[in-house]
Amino acid sequence: MKFTLSWLRDHLDTEADLDTILRTLTRVGLEVEGVADPGEALAPFTVARVLSAERHPQADKLQVLQVDAGNGPLQVVCGAPNARAGLVGVFGAPGTYVPGADITLKVAAIRGVESNGMMCSARELQIGEGHDGIIELPEDAPVGESYASYAGLTDPVIDVSITPNRQDCMGVRGIARDLAAAGLGTLKPLAAEPVAASGAGPAVRTDTPGCPALFAQNVSGVTNGDSPEWMRRRLTAIGQKPISTLVDITNYLMIDLGRPLHVYDRATLAGPLVARAATEGEEVLALNGKTYRLSAGMTVIADDAAVHDIGGIMGGEHSGVTPATTDVLIECAYFDPDGIARTGQALALTSDARQRFERGVDPAFLDDGLAIATRLVVDLCGGTPSEVTRAGSPPVEPRVISYDPDLCRTLGGLAVPAARQARILLSLGFSVGAIDHADAYSDALFSQIEGRWPVRVPTWRRDVDGPADLVEEVIRIEGIDRVAAVPLPRVPGVARPTATPEQKLERRVRRAAAARGLDEAVTWSFVSARDAAPFGGGAWSLANPISEELKVMRPSLLPGLLSATHRNLARGQGGVRLFEIGRRYLADGERPTLGLVLAGDRRPRGWREGKAAGFDAYDAKAEALALLAAAGAPVDNLQVMPVPSEAEGGEAGEAWHPGRSGTLRLGPKTILARFGMLHPSLLKAFDLDGPIAAVELYLDALPAKRGSGLARAPYAPPALQPVRRDFAFIVPTGLAADALVRAVRGADKVNIVAARVFDLFEREDERSMAVEIVLQPSEKSYTDADLKAVADKVVAAAAKLGATLRG
Amino acid sequence: MTDDLDQMREQMLAAVAASPGLDALDVVRVDALGKQGRITQLLKTLGAMSPDQRQVEGPRIQGLREAVAAAIAARKDALEAAALNARLATETLDMTLPVDAAPAGTIHPVSQVMDELSEIFADLGFAVATGPEMETDWHNFSALNIPDTHPARAMHDTFYLQQGVDAKAAGTADERTTVSLLRTHTSPVQIRTMLANKPPIRIIAPGRTYRSDSDATHTPMFHQVEGLVIDRGITLGHLKWTLETFLKAFFERDDIVLRLRPSYFPFTEPSAEVDVGYTWTKGKRVIGGDPDKMRGDGPNGGWMEVLGSGMVHPKVIAACGLDPAEWQGFAFGCGIDRLAMLKYGIDDLRAFFDGDIRWLKHYGFSALDVPTLSGGIGAAA
Repeated sequence: MKFTLSWLRDHLDTEADLDTILRTLTRVGLEVEGVADPGEALAPFTVARVLSAERHPQADKLQVLQVDAGNGPLQVVCGAPNARAGLVGVFGAPGTYVPGADITLKVAAIRGVESNGMMCSARELQIGEGHDGIIELPEDAPVGESYASYAGLTDPVIDVSITPNRQDCMGVRGIARDLAAAGLGTLKPLAAEPVAASGAGPAVRTDTPGCPALFAQNVSGVTNGDSPEWMRRRLTAIGQKPISTLVDITNYLMIDLGRPLHVYDRATLAGPLVARAATEGEEVLALNGKTYRLSAGMTVIADDAAVHDIGGIMGGEHSGVTPATTDVLIECAYFDPDGIARTGQALALTSDARQRFERGVDPAFLDDGLAIATRLVVDLCGGTPSEVTRAGSPPVEPRVISYDPDLCRTLGGLAVPAARQARILLSLGFSVGAIDHADAYSDALFSQIEGRWPVRVPTWRRDVDGPADLVEEVIRIEGIDRVAAVPLPRVPGVARPTATPEQKLERRVRRAAAARGLDEAVTWSFVSARDAAPFGGGAWSLANPISEELKVMRPSLLPGLLSATHRNLARGQGGVRLFEIGRRYLADGERPTLGLVLAGDRRPRGWREGKAAGFDAYDAKAEALALLAAAGAPVDNLQVMPVPSEAEGGEAGEAWHPGRSGTLRLGPKTILARFGMLHPSLLKAFDLDGPIAAVELYLDALPAKRGSGLARAPYAPPALQPVRRDFAFIVPTGLAADALVRAVRGADKVNIVAARVFDLFEREDERSMAVEIVLQPSEKSYTDADLKAVADKVVAAAAKLGATLRG
Repeated sequence: MTDDLDQMREQMLAAVAASPGLDALDVVRVDALGKQGRITQLLKTLGAMSPDQRQVEGPRIQGLREAVAAAIAARKDALEAAALNARLATETLDMTLPVDAAPAGTIHPVSQVMDELSEIFADLGFAVATGPEMETDWHNFSALNIPDTHPARAMHDTFYLQQGVDAKAAGTADERTTVSLLRTHTSPVQIRTMLANKPPIRIIAPGRTYRSDSDATHTPMFHQVEGLVIDRGITLGHLKWTLETFLKAFFERDDIVLRLRPSYFPFTEPSAEVDVGYTWTKGKRVIGGDPDKMRGDGPNGGWMEVLGSGMVHPKVIAACGLDPAEWQGFAFGCGIDRLAMLKYGIDDLRAFFDGDIRWLKHYGFSALDVPTLSGGIGAAA
């Protein structure tokens, strides 16, 4: 919301300077977004008289002027057709920056004739569109003086951000009222005396709850020319384009009083003007040149022939006023705010009127608003007003809040004396008890109010409906900066962990991953449908995505990480180790997940290890196990199984290499992680050269740790040394290492505490695996017979799987 | 006899000293102290001596044996040391050759700052709460006193889910249970927390939030932290203290200055936006500093908006089934990405979500930089 300082002073009688006004606006909740002083850019320009004008010797279209800008004649070359002796215009001296032309003037020869500055057009000064010639000022304009102060262009433009609850401050008067309440002077009375009317009012009616009240008045015999200089200047200053007096009056009053109005050219109307519900599919050509197709339930203003107005949002092109208009109908209506909001959203049509109506204009201001508008029309355009026709009635419902002034202290944290609170509320237009006006306040009257105050809310404050709102009113005027900080009492007792087990788990896994050399990325939660497809597709998609690339809620963290991997490799990154902890979005909810991608060089080439090496599926397995261990999963009990096919309940699509990937499961059904190499066709889709290893770890599938307290299970390190024995087996092809190790380990559960494959030999028809077992004696050392017995059990267990001891 | 022994001592010590290596030294040892060695032989003569003679000669011969043995031991040490030194002299490596460093991973600034917030607020007794990112209309808007037609909904550039749109079209949508949008703020966690827990409540809720907005300073996904306190007798003064304490702890400065500005959020009343003062120091924008420099957004400093806050609206408290006459409190919401940018001097929001390893290495944090109260919340560059 923009307005100028002089405009504000029309409503506010104040001694305060601009700086104080700006600070106060922000302090009371009307945040100043900016202040511009157009006079600043125009300060160097002066009023100057052209003394003589002669043809340029070298150019037909140029003239050589002698200009007096207050210090005697200066030679200026000028191309404007209207430049002539005696013209009084605006002059920029060498060194002056010309905002509209974006140049800094200097003394220069133009076609061989020296020019000492420039006579300017309106566009060059950015004060208008005119560029047909230089500005022409009245004869008596003071030569040598500042043009900006002469033309009254030193009026600072203030831009204030109005929060959606403050419709009343979408007019300059509301802002002035807040400032007056804040102590910056007094609110001037508003003259709203109706012009003496003659003749019957226009035929209008309302047939819809979307427009509870439609007041209208005719003015006949108007002349619709340019609006006066003061009005055009103000509208231009705030970025509104002056159009014609009648249009400018409605725009001016909307800014001035926050009261939207509409003026119809009566010559275009056929029959009575009616506010009614639109019929489905009805069309209207709006003032912005676009045709809107309306739905049933929207409110329109129409006559017998056509729709003339999308009620409260935008007028129609057809019935708008023109320079030829002589008879007008001025409409001052109240539209249902919710209806306006819905219509505006549905049509995606914003306007100054909609902004105000949907926030709820003052329902008690229809008569005054119309009277003020009519007076302006009569004053500026002439004509004779008719009586006012009042169709329907605006919903003026007195709202009274029962207020305990102590709430200011107990909720707002600021003890404001009751009398002061009453005066603040009164100055904002509230009434307190029987005191209905700020000037009516007296201590005697105030002291008669007992107990909770009945506070009546002014009609223009639709947002205020409870005691907490009154606390806000008092505090923002008194100064929220005066609220003293009060320490929050400490929670009694010993500090307890404030993070949930899930959060602690996430933190552990995150820091474990970073400690293992992985870089944490944060990627979008939405991906393209194409990228989601190999991971089973997205269960959720956006109805209004920013782009197709960010449309589907990710079913996996890998697409985002693969895109990031692609970008990194394209930038010449040698090795990529990225991980992310976030949610994947499934049909039945959001699941915390860790995704991890290993691409490029596992290690760079080096003088010790030779050539660079890439990542393989076992790197992915190592990361998966390490992170599961960090998460507290029972890593030793996990089973490695293939990634389930779609038939087995796995996801559709080809994300993983069928032979070089697996799942880590706790029991046959609970999948804690997928790991391995990614499918080449997936990599191709992401424009990646493989091989690339990846892990997905399902944090939600991890079993909750049982609360076992802080004490550990008792333990004393065994006194005796462990014994190691090696076995080399020839195994049938297809026997998984894991199966062999489990069998060996299980051969003697008392003595064998560990078993692992430490060597592997594979030939076409033969596969051999060497397994080391660790035996832990408990009370006495093993005898040879003991060891042989264990060895026999190991060999027997392996034999069951078809493995034979190598000769 | 005396002369003989002296002569023998001199000769043997000379032989020890002259031994060029361990082998030669051993020859000298055998010659002197071996079974057939000359000193061994001399010791054997003691038995045949008279007691008087033995008393004289015994110590002399023993003295000789000890002196020679000591000389041999010393020479042996010297020769061994020389041999070791000679070997070591040949064992040289170019110690300037590079070694492979273990890859150093990083924690994303957003995660780091979330951990910092959890730590700071844990000290104030706030637990960490979470909620879904795909929300219902009711939790994201209606329960927060933002009705359908409220202009505030337009401020929120909401991403709607197709499933919700379809359900509405089919008439099967339930405002309270139909997941229909991506949460536009972390405030629905307030609602979920109040519904699930009895006051007193103190929580923060960090997490991802979404708005249909994309330009240099806005991303369609961003991070917020919500704070909520519901108790008896909580006032705006407690809110002010909490925010001051939080921001002081976060920026690790005592000279943090806050400016509360009355504002409007449908779910708080009274509401305030909170600006934090900054000053320019050596061409850098620093949060905090001399309040005089912050006045009027001049060349020395100014204000920047960091969060929105207020006293929880009685309608919100009532919507969660609590009695607003008994329970009141405050709530605030703050952009985590922005906090991270301000604290750690990061200037490009979009880079947060690109996954550029160079950026992550530069702005990320070590796994060991765990924020703690004793060790400091922030991690130095």
